[in-house]
Amino acid sequence: MSILVIAEHDNASLNGATLNVVAAAKAIGGDIEVLVAGSDCAAAGEAAAKVDGVAKVLVADNAAFAHQLAENVSLLVAEIGKNYTHILFPATTNGKNVAPRAAALLDVQAISDIISVESADTFKRPVYAGNVIATVQSSDAVKVLTVRGTAFDPVPAEGGSAAVEALSSADDAGTSSFVGEELAVSDRPDLTAASIVISGGRGMQNGDNFEMLYKVADKLGAAVGASRAAVDAGFVPNDMQVGQTGKIVAPDLYVAVGISGAIQHLAGMKDSKVIVAINKDEEAPIFQVADYGLVADLFDAVPELESSL
Amino acid sequence: MKILVAVKRVVDYNVKVRPKSDGTDVDIANAKMSINPFCEIAVEEAVRLKEKGVATEIVAVSMGPKQSQEQIRTAMALGADRGILVESDDALEPLAVAKCLKAIIANESPDLVIMGKQSIDGDNNQTGQMLGALTSMPQGTFASEVEIADGKAKVTREIDGGLQTVELTLPAIVTTDLRLNEPRYASLPNIMKAKKKPLDTTTPADLGVDTAPRVQTLKVEPPAERQAGIKVADVAELVDKLKNEAKVIS
Repeated sequence: MSILVIAEHDNASLNGATLNVVAAAKAIGGDIEVLVAGSDCAAAGEAAAKVDGVAKVLVADNAAFAHQLAENVSLLVAEIGKNYTHILFPATTNGKNVAPRAAALLDVQAISDIISVESADTFKRPVYAGNVIATVQSSDAVKVLTVRGTAFDPVPAEGGSAAVEALSSADDAGTSSFVGEELAVSDRPDLTAASIVISGGRGMQNGDNFEMLYKVADKLGAAVGASRAAVDAGFVPNDMQVGQTGKIVAPDLYVAVGISGAIQHLAGMKDSKVIVAINKDEEAPIFQVADYGLVADLFDAVPELESSL
Repeated sequence: MKILVAVKRVVDYNVKVRPKSDGTDVDIANAKMSINPFCEIAVEEAVRLKEKGVATEIVAVSMGPKQSQEQIRTAMALGADRGILVESDDALEPLAVAKCLKAIIANESPDLVIMGKQSIDGDNNQTGQMLGALTSMPQGTFASEVEIADGKAKVTREIDGGLQTVELTLPAIVTTDLRLNEPRYASLPNIMKAKKKPLDTTTPADLGVDTAPRVQTLKVEPPAERQAGIKVADVAELVDKLKNEAKVIS
């Protein structure tokens, strides 16, 4: 078995999601190599070489890969991917953007969002918003997978000493270009990596009221998320959405504030270890998955919670 | 400019799907079926581009059983001009769907393809990207804003860290995210008009596409059920439980 893990990185450093993917690769078993495709990405390559369990790091450092545009990176992955039995991407927006494109170039039916490795060709994945878990077996020669990070404990970021090899590939499809990005800036932990997440829903009523959640979050070292309803209503930006089509989180503690608990939201957080729901509607479905439910007006309960921490 | 929109027939988003008791498949025999919500957003975006005078024709395509005609009619009631059904009773994988769409595109030569980022049944999030690979078209996935000008599509994408904007040379593929638009409701006159719009039918075999599955579903099962916990009386009890029982805060 030879496994290629596609690193998630920002050229300067390795994103933690990569460590969960390496863990999935270890569960498959075999030689694990990591591809770092970027521009001026030597630092990310060095970080990848230190990851526990990695045998080799391939660094494709070229302007064509600067923003990891799918058109270009998929050409690179398809070019080198034939030499592997498995190609693993994190199930991040970046991984989901590139993996199917690379798979189609290899004439492979990719498998999205795996949550367990049953054997080298058999995996479990959620379908129907997580209401059903399917066990699926691939007959393709190369398995292209995206890995749900919350389902695999990350391997240590340190301890390895893999060889680093430079690739000279400069695949540029020439059909797309990067214009710009607006990235959320926050001192709080990343939503998908935080051990505590506090999320607000439609019950927050407006974006200003999220300030109450930020205060609690800062006392707990928590990240702040939101339901689709809160994002659709424009209270907070899209990068905060937790749910079937937003981010999947599984922290030690998830606090749902003013969230009713639609299937689509539960799909993104029901694997959290402890769930707290604060909602004034005692019939809200969120209470069916909550370990601790508090039926209360959030505008009373959240400030009280903050002052008692 | 011609726009091709792909639409999928799926179990309605309000239905809570469960596995059959023998674990062979999901139990959807009598479930309400609808157009996939992301596909509806795709149709709406195409219609808005036509209303702005950017697009001149919208072709709605679906792959699936005969009843998928209903979803094509829905798309036509929202404003698509004509429809194509690629009829198949098999469960088509994203790669097979992308191959069928590629064959349709070879006949239709659209300038823009708009489709949902994922269907809410398989949750694969693959078909648009695969179609991009097979046709060498660039892709603007998870779109929250689309602007067409000078032979290019400027697409703002919802990514984990925030928003990213890319510029794509047409023809291009756009896959829709939730915030791209809010689809309209079809009016009764438009629903009646949609019944008279042309709808052609073809098959994967006619298009020369092999749809043999590559991935076999061995088993389906319900996820581990969470038990509802307890109700606490007040914030003080909540904090006490979190500190001393669950031990998740200190």
